[in-house]
Amino acid sequence: MEYFLVLPVVCVSLLLVFGGLFASRFLAPHRPNKIKNDTYECGEKTIGTAWVQFNVGYYLFALIFLVFDVEAAFLFPWAVVLRDVGIIGLLEVIIFISVLLVGLAYAWRKGALKWV
Amino acid sequence: MPSVSSTLTMPLMVGTVLGVVGFISVVAMILVYAERKVAAHFQCRLGPMRVGWHGTLQSIADSLKLFLKEDIVPTKADHLLHAFAPVISVMAAILTLIAIPFSSHLVLADVSIGVLYVSAVSGIGVLGILLGGWSSNNKWSLLGAMRAGAQIISYELSVTLSLLVIILFAGSLRLTDIVHSQEAGWWIWRAPGVGLLAFVLFLIASTAEINRTPFDLAEGESELTAGFHTEYSGLRFAFFFLAEYMNLFIVAAMGATLFWGGWMPLHIGGFTAFNQLMDFIPGTVWFFGKVITLIFVIMWFRWTFPRLRVDQLMSLEWKVLMPLGFLNLLVAAFLSLFGWYFFPLVF
Repeated sequence: MEYFLVLPVVCVSLLLVFGGLFASRFLAPHRPNKIKNDTYECGEKTIGTAWVQFNVGYYLFALIFLVFDVEAAFLFPWAVVLRDVGIIGLLEVIIFISVLLVGLAYAWRKGALKWV
Repeated sequence: MPSVSSTLTMPLMVGTVLGVVGFISVVAMILVYAERKVAAHFQCRLGPMRVGWHGTLQSIADSLKLFLKEDIVPTKADHLLHAFAPVISVMAAILTLIAIPFSSHLVLADVSIGVLYVSAVSGIGVLGILLGGWSSNNKWSLLGAMRAGAQIISYELSVTLSLLVIILFAGSLRLTDIVHSQEAGWWIWRAPGVGLLAFVLFLIASTAEINRTPFDLAEGESELTAGFHTEYSGLRFAFFFLAEYMNLFIVAAMGATLFWGGWMPLHIGGFTAFNQLMDFIPGTVWFFGKVITLIFVIMWFRWTFPRLRVDQLMSLEWKVLMPLGFLNLLVAAFLSLFGWYFFPLVF
């Protein structure tokens, strides 16, 4: 019942978004030409495509993020019931987080957090 | 807890939904106007003045213009993904907004896991940005999208850690419960020290999460032209723009709900007459007042702090904000467990 309105809101907003795009297709001018539809690089001639293999420097950050994001998913229920689970629950979470923080310290030491 | 969704009939529901979507668009338009006026006055300019009284109709003129502009899709782009990316961003923002309690009775979906719902659904928005940047087949767009992706997921952690502090004290994920738990004092003051620190962490990390200055590297105009939306024009650009301002509203609303007592009026202990006077002001007014104040602070940031470098951005999150967030959470857990929070004078 709580999520009752989610689906209607999805439907109505999808309708409005696509309705807008549809209407704009008829109302807005559509005069494509070769130069206009070229890739925009501030007037420079484009060299190659952007879909090339390149070193995404954020890859390591994404990996570490994944660890801590899953951890956050565990912490949400813990935070709600902390007063019921008491000091034992708190100690368990402290141990759990410190294991992960050792991992973060290792990554930091190894230079994974350094921008290259 | 009576909520709107439990007492709805079919035509009323359709009306409500239409009203919500309309309201959201109006809010975004007002924010765009406010942004321009605030920026102008910070720079001793007047800002938009021509369209309507003091330029109040400027946003309507702008949206009409964007609606009637040619929708240019580069030949080399991935057409399907290029078309869908802004839709994802805008849908994520709209879906997040329905869980926000505007007053004790005005909440569309009073979800039992409100905080989790808001952070999960608003997290989908980054997919739109990544898809839009990648599908444009443009180097500026790709770099901007990569930056945005890395930045949003990194700062998500700090936001979560600061929200967890409040959940520890409130003992519920439902947003209306969190507001009710602040009847004796807003959490920013009532949780001694940790509440204030959590709020500061939340404000910094949220500003980064919605890609606003000083964290606007994803569309740093002096480096990447326009970042992930370089190849967008017309209505699809407008959707990205709309999503950005809706997210600004969501962040301010979450801050007001969790830290500033949502729709609760401001009370000062002992001043009975003053408190009764404050109680006369309706909850919605309090809520929007708090939201507008927070939005103004975030706009103020834009004209105060210069943009960070990418390496500074990453080390700020991983080496400063996140360890601080964990420390804060630890202290907060002890305080909450032993009930060491007090009843502040001003709340």
